[in-house]
Amino acid sequence: MTDYKMHLLVCGGTGCKAAESDEIKRLLKQWIDEVGMEDEAQVVFTGCFGFCEKGPIIKVLPDNTFYVNVAPADAEEIVKEHLVKGRPVQRLLYKDPVSSQIISESKSMDFYKKQMRIALRNCGFINPESIHEYISRDGYMALGKCLTELTPEETIKEVKDSGLRGRGGGGFPTGLKWEITRNVKADQKYVVCNADEGDPGAFMDRSILEGDPHSVIEAMAICGYCIGADKGLVYIRAEYPLAIERLKTALNQAREYGLLGDDILGSGFNFEIDIRLGAGAFVCGEETALIHSMEGLRGEPTFKPPFPSVSGYLGKPTNVNNVETFANIPVIINKGAGWFNKIGTENSKGTKVFALAGKINNVGLIEVPMGTTLREVIYDIGGGIKDGKEFKSVQTGGPSGGCLTKDFLDTPIDYDNLLAAGSMMGSGGMIVMDEDDCMVGIAKFYLEFTLEESCGKCSPCRIGNKRLYEILEKITEGKGEEVDIERLKLLSNVIKDTSLCGLGQTSPNPVLSTILNFENEYLAHVTDKKCPSGQCKALLKFDIIEDLCTGCTLCFRNCPVGAITGERRQPHYIDQSLCIKCGVCFEKCKFNAIKLT
Amino acid sequence: MDTVHLTIDNKPVVVKKGITILEAASSTGVHIPTLCHMKLEDLNIENKPGGCRICVVEVEGRRNLAPACCTEVADGMVINSHNIRVINARQTVLELILSDHPADCLICAKSGKCDLQDMAHDLGIREIHYKGEQSTYREDTSPAIIRDVDKCIMCRRCEMMCNEVQTVGVLSAINRGFNAVVSPAFEMNLDHSVCTYCGQCVAVCPTGALTEVDQTADVIRALSDPSKTVIVQTAPAVRAALGEEFGLEPGTLVTGKLVAALRRLGFDHVFDTDFAADLTIMEEGTEMLNRLSRFLEGDETVKLPILTSCCPAWVKFFEHQFPQMKDIPSTARSPQQMFGSIAKTYFAEKMNIKREDLVVVSIMPCVAKKYECGRDEFKVNDNPDVDYAITTRELAGLIKLANINFNRLPNEEFDLPLGESTGAGVIFGTTGGVIEAAVRTAFELYTKKPLPKVDFHELRGMDGIRQATVDFGGFPLKIGIAHGLGNARRLLEKIESGESEFHAIEIMSCPGGCIGGGGQPYHHGNAEILKKRQMAIYQEDSNKKIRKSHENPYIIQLYEEFLGKPMSEKAHQLLHTEYFDRT
Repeated sequence: MTDYKMHLLVCGGTGCKAAESDEIKRLLKQWIDEVGMEDEAQVVFTGCFGFCEKGPIIKVLPDNTFYVNVAPADAEEIVKEHLVKGRPVQRLLYKDPVSSQIISESKSMDFYKKQMRIALRNCGFINPESIHEYISRDGYMALGKCLTELTPEETIKEVKDSGLRGRGGGGFPTGLKWEITRNVKADQKYVVCNADEGDPGAFMDRSILEGDPHSVIEAMAICGYCIGADKGLVYIRAEYPLAIERLKTALNQAREYGLLGDDILGSGFNFEIDIRLGAGAFVCGEETALIHSMEGLRGEPTFKPPFPSVSGYLGKPTNVNNVETFANIPVIINKGAGWFNKIGTENSKGTKVFALAGKINNVGLIEVPMGTTLREVIYDIGGGIKDGKEFKSVQTGGPSGGCLTKDFLDTPIDYDNLLAAGSMMGSGGMIVMDEDDCMVGIAKFYLEFTLEESCGKCSPCRIGNKRLYEILEKITEGKGEEVDIERLKLLSNVIKDTSLCGLGQTSPNPVLSTILNFENEYLAHVTDKKCPSGQCKALLKFDIIEDLCTGCTLCFRNCPVGAITGERRQPHYIDQSLCIKCGVCFEKCKFNAIKLT
Repeated sequence: MDTVHLTIDNKPVVVKKGITILEAASSTGVHIPTLCHMKLEDLNIENKPGGCRICVVEVEGRRNLAPACCTEVADGMVINSHNIRVINARQTVLELILSDHPADCLICAKSGKCDLQDMAHDLGIREIHYKGEQSTYREDTSPAIIRDVDKCIMCRRCEMMCNEVQTVGVLSAINRGFNAVVSPAFEMNLDHSVCTYCGQCVAVCPTGALTEVDQTADVIRALSDPSKTVIVQTAPAVRAALGEEFGLEPGTLVTGKLVAALRRLGFDHVFDTDFAADLTIMEEGTEMLNRLSRFLEGDETVKLPILTSCCPAWVKFFEHQFPQMKDIPSTARSPQQMFGSIAKTYFAEKMNIKREDLVVVSIMPCVAKKYECGRDEFKVNDNPDVDYAITTRELAGLIKLANINFNRLPNEEFDLPLGESTGAGVIFGTTGGVIEAAVRTAFELYTKKPLPKVDFHELRGMDGIRQATVDFGGFPLKIGIAHGLGNARRLLEKIESGESEFHAIEIMSCPGGCIGGGGQPYHHGNAEILKKRQMAIYQEDSNKKIRKSHENPYIIQLYEEFLGKPMSEKAHQLLHTEYFDRT
């Protein structure tokens, strides 16, 4: 990065690429050539910046100008104004929604102020396809340090002392896992990176692999050194083509530089990494299912013990860690366990990456120290609720997490607190709901997901979730009875108590937590046959207010099922038995004469 | 021996380390109900996917309930196998399973023998609180097996049998979630797959999801047709198991009652497949000796080892899986087919019955026999040598239907000439029996000396793969035995790789041989039953006056009157067959 005076970092994450960042990059390059600055300015494709709400994003170095919502047509202006004349393009700068101030640097934005980037340290900063850029950011220094200065035991101690816990959801202490795998005697062991990210709306792992693949490769090699494995496997879903491509490129570079392969850095340590593509089954994120899938078997979990640490891939001891967990490792080795374990709460050290989604202003990928409160995440970083609506609930932990109310907004986020609150950390999905969301509908939505993603191996998960879903469906259709709420609770508890793997043991969480926190909404559905948020179609009732109806016949003419009758200039009527609740009359009426109850 | 101390239902117990909670409970007299779990002791067959979740128990200090079938005991464990939490969970899980089940018990083929039905009874299910959609699938009918997977409860026993034990690999779980079910790949029909029809899936299915094709109605129709002469043959393993269907102890021999029952059902002649087994030995034994003599004379074109060919599932297995070895098995037809062929030629001529007026029914411990008798090479002008093959279970159904009090029947004798058999024919019913029968005859034919002892204990047993060397008058004859197709595969692979050398090999598809056949009374996971049936077979053998096939006077007569000598042209035409590459 030394030859150029200016660098234009264009986000090359999947989200921004979908919004034509490839084209932006091409045009920027074209205009730079046009104005003759090809020796002064360089366009770099980076990983995700996280602020996906405002993508595509371009960051200009050295002045740190942060452009948002850039379109291909803006390329010319950026080059001609900013690069040539040194005048940042004002209209493309971020405008704070509260103060309306224009902020040109990301570090001054609320979205970034409270973030602390460890796992995402290089995302949006380096070209993920350049091993040089990774190395220039202390890349592979940790591997070098381990291989030349630390014994495997010392390295494991460092990881243990750091307090790092598994970021895939379980929160098992990483160092301890490594130690257990190390202590099992075997002729062959494996390191597996679980990149089968499947929570709806979550893209932490994808962003890391797209934005900083070398950090995962380096960490896997360190893990291999610690546990005594010379073979690593990355299990990644085939729906992540960009991450796969960048990972392949990075693997080739690492091999070329002797950072993978035989006798790494002359230490005598051999390590190679292969990629295994998954077909996208959510349950394959469960480690035993993942291993079976890699073995070419049906991706379904088996009973533990034996744990993969003892008997995993091909029956050999296998250490499975998640992408984000691995991404923390090089930093821990470089900066020391003492640095890392000062971040976070008593039992949850370091940071956590979350994918913020739902009814929130700043949708995107964030990384915050453990102990940050939900309020800080939602209001400060997330910029509050969209369209000024009222916050209703936040769901953490993916489809099996719980829905927390505003009473929990000041809960510091860590493994134990979320569990105590009736939810869980999970892999980092965070979905915000507002006053318009029906919590029965939300529970049904999540259940539909787990229902489809259950492998079907054990009866409670295979059939129980289906029955839960059917009861919820009945309630949202206005056919629910009070006993159904009790049945939901009973059945949920049995499913949790008897299911084989984590999927079934947690899938009823959205049901239980919404009943616990929003029982009134359930009661409204079953006793009053009303959906307080107006989301459950079957419970809506459209009526015409006689006094306001002018008899213009607009509703009559637009009703698709002929449910509306009436004479011209006379009040009209809706036949409730015919109404399909499509809402067309409500939208078309110019006199607010249609009321929704 | 390492032990651990635990408490099961408030009772302190000491058990072996490394066993499961289920085994620990069972060893101390506590019964924990199971549904998907199945273990055939000593046969190395176990199914424990931990999927049904019926066997869950409470382990104090553990967050959720533990499946007893796959949770290992640990020192200090406090286990509650029947408290309210456990019972509630168990009942709820069973209700869920039943909520996705057709529950047409009254007309289900499995009624009265269904593990799911028993479980619903044992757990006192009187109402299904969770009703909803039921999964439905297309019914799949093949020549031998019907798959009605609406009744599948995903216990995966059939899958384990088909993949791990038999290594056939037809059945496995497909789809996800509520739609998950066990099926051939791409939901193809069994008859388009490499299924061997061994029927071991049927033998272990706890519900009516897998059953044999029921042909009892066809048999009744034939019996009530006055223009037909209906004759019946019964396989050796049937007599050692049929009694179980009538409440008799496993291992009770019911040969005489079986004959009496068949006679009362209206069969015109009651014959014995054992007769045809003796005939098989004459042909197969002669073929073996021919190959062996040529081999010893240095003929390099001769293929050894010779493999037995009595088992139709085994034949279909090698046609699919080892077609390159299809010239190694004996060309001798199975006893069932030899019987049919002789019945519709020799016997029909003798009795002056037209082929099309003679109906041959066989009672078999096997479902693959239904498929075998339908193979084109066993038909003359589209008329099959054997018209219907029904299983031991189907016969029991017929006997009950005909209101015959089986246990009070007198013992009767088979009809002649096709009902006379030797002890050698009887032992065809168990693993090791065919080769022992062959050795008894081949030894005497080869050495021209009488056998010093008739019993070859070295060939008997239940180990999956066995080998023995028999002294053939100075020549060490190397014999291999495999039962279960997985063991057969392993043995064949050893032969292909040159790791093992044998002169003769016996293969039976079902664990234990025909006594454990897919058409036998259900063993419900109790391997002791198979062992008792095996003992009964050997007992029948030792009760016989004649124990060597070549000494059967009616076999001698058959060759004198009709066939000439073993491997004659006529014998070739009627008693031998060819194999096909089905890949």
